[in-house]
Amino acid sequence: MANVLVNAPKTARRGETVEIKALIMHPMETGFRAGTNGRIIPRNIIEHFTATWNGAEIFRMDFSPAIAANPFVSFFTVASESGTIALRWTGDEGFVAEHQVAITVT
Amino acid sequence: MTRLTIGLCLASVFAASWFAGSWALAQNDPRHSGYHDMGPDLRRMQDDDTANPAMLFVQAGQVLWQEKAGTANKACADCHQDAAKTMRGVAARYPAIPPSMPGPGSDKPASDAGQPVDLEGRINLCRTERQQAPALEPESPDLLGLTAYVALQSRGQPIAPADDPRLVPFRTKGADLYKSRQGQLNLSCSNCHDDNAGKKLAGATIPQGHPTGYPIYRLEWQTLGSLKRRLRNCLVGMRAEAWDWDDPQYVALELYLMDRARGMTLDAPAVRP
Amino acid sequence: MFVHGALVNANLWRKVVPRLEGYKRVTLDLPPLIENGNTVPVTVSVESPMSEADHIKAIHVFNEKNPQPHVFDARLGPKNGKAVIATRIKLGDSQKIVAIAETSKGEFFSASADVIVTIAACVEDIT
Repeated sequence: MANVLVNAPKTARRGETVEIKALIMHPMETGFRAGTNGRIIPRNIIEHFTATWNGAEIFRMDFSPAIAANPFVSFFTVASESGTIALRWTGDEGFVAEHQVAITVT
Repeated sequence: MTRLTIGLCLASVFAASWFAGSWALAQNDPRHSGYHDMGPDLRRMQDDDTANPAMLFVQAGQVLWQEKAGTANKACADCHQDAAKTMRGVAARYPAIPPSMPGPGSDKPASDAGQPVDLEGRINLCRTERQQAPALEPESPDLLGLTAYVALQSRGQPIAPADDPRLVPFRTKGADLYKSRQGQLNLSCSNCHDDNAGKKLAGATIPQGHPTGYPIYRLEWQTLGSLKRRLRNCLVGMRAEAWDWDDPQYVALELYLMDRARGMTLDAPAVRP
Repeated sequence: MFVHGALVNANLWRKVVPRLEGYKRVTLDLPPLIENGNTVPVTVSVESPMSEADHIKAIHVFNEKNPQPHVFDARLGPKNGKAVIATRIKLGDSQKIVAIAETSKGEFFSASADVIVTIAACVEDIT
C-alpha cells in the first residue's frame, strides 16, 4: 500500500470551491541519472494522476520526469454532493495507488 | 455566526499562522536555525503539515508505532502508549546514555552499556532488547519513519541536552572533532560553520550547523535522512573519509552540536536544501 | 477627436492587442531563486469564469533546459471552480519555464518565468 497523505475538507457547502492536496511517496527516478558505476538508473515515475467525485472525473494530470520526487499536487474543485473523492496514481513498473476520502456536502 | 465565534475563529487562524511561520529568532541570540537561511518558498514547504514531504515519513512512523514486532510481539505503543504524551521532549534531549538493558538473551548488561546513543540508536535498542526484533538498517524507511514520528513530538520545544555528568567526556570528544581539521581540503567544521556562516559557498548559504530540524527532508537527497547522513555528507565534502555507520564519533559530535544549540527551538522534521 | 473617442473604447483595444490580456490571465508563480533544483514549488493560476461555456480545458507546462521539455499536462473543467494548480518540479539548471492555458473556446494564453537554480556545495557520494 503506497504511502499517501491527502488533505481534503471533511465537510463543505454545496457550490463551495475547496482545495484538495495530495502527497505520495515515490522516487520519481527520471531515467537521466547515472549510478555509481556510470550506468543509467532506469526511469521509474508516476505517469498519471486522476481525481473523481462520486465516480465523475474532476481533475487529471500527466506527470513527466520533471515532477519532483514524492510528488505533491494541489487543485480545486466545486463541492457538488456528499460522497467520495477518489484519487488514483499509476506509473512505471505497474505502479498503482488509490486513496479515498469521504466528504459531506450540506 | 455570532461575532464571538467569528472572533474566536479569527484568533485561532492568526494563532495558527503565527505558529506556522514562526521559528522566531530569539532576541539578541546570534544563533539561528538553518530554517532562516532558506528562501520563503522552502520555509512555506516546511510549515505546511499538509504539504511537507517529511510528513509522509511521520505518517509511516505513526503506523509502525502501533505495529507489533519481534518474538516478543510488542508494539511501541504497548509500552509507550500515546507518543504525543510520552515522547514529548525526548528528541530535544538526545543523545543520551540509555538505562542499562540486558544483553541479547541474557540478564547481564550489553557490552556497550554506558555509551551514549542517538535517537536512532535508542529506537534500535528498543527493537532488539524489548521487541526482540532485528535492528532496523540505518537510513531505512522504517527507522526514519519512527525517528521522524518521535522527533515531531518535540517540535516547538527548546533543545535541552541531558545534564548527565557521564556524557561530559563524550561531549568533549565531540568538541575536539568539531575543531579538528580533516580531509584533503584540511577543513574543520568550525572553519565553515563558525567562521564563515552566512557567507556563500558556491551559491549556497553556509548555515550555522545547528541540528534543530533532524531528521530532515533534504532536497538534495529527495528523501528524509538523519543527522548522521548529513555529517557523512560533510566529511565527503571535505574529501575526508566518512566514518563507518556505527562509529561512536558521530554521537560524540552530535552531543557537542546539541549542546551548542542549547535553548534553540526544535523544528523537526524540517525541509532543507 | 470626438468621433474617434466614440469608436475606440477599451473592448475594441483588446481585440486589436489580445496578447496583452493573455499575458495577464496566466500567472506562473515560481521562486526567482531556488536553493536546490530537485524540488521547485510552482503554482499556475489562470483567470477564468470556469463555467460550462468558458473554462480552462488544459494547462501545459514546459521547461527550457531539462533533458526533455515536458513538465506536466493537466486537464480541467467547470467542476474545478478555479484553474489553480500547485506542484513541485525538478529543474536541472537555471532556465525559463512556460505555462500555456487552453480554454474551451479554443483560445491559448501563456506566461513564462525565469528561475535561478543553485545546488548544494557539498554533494553526497552515493556509497
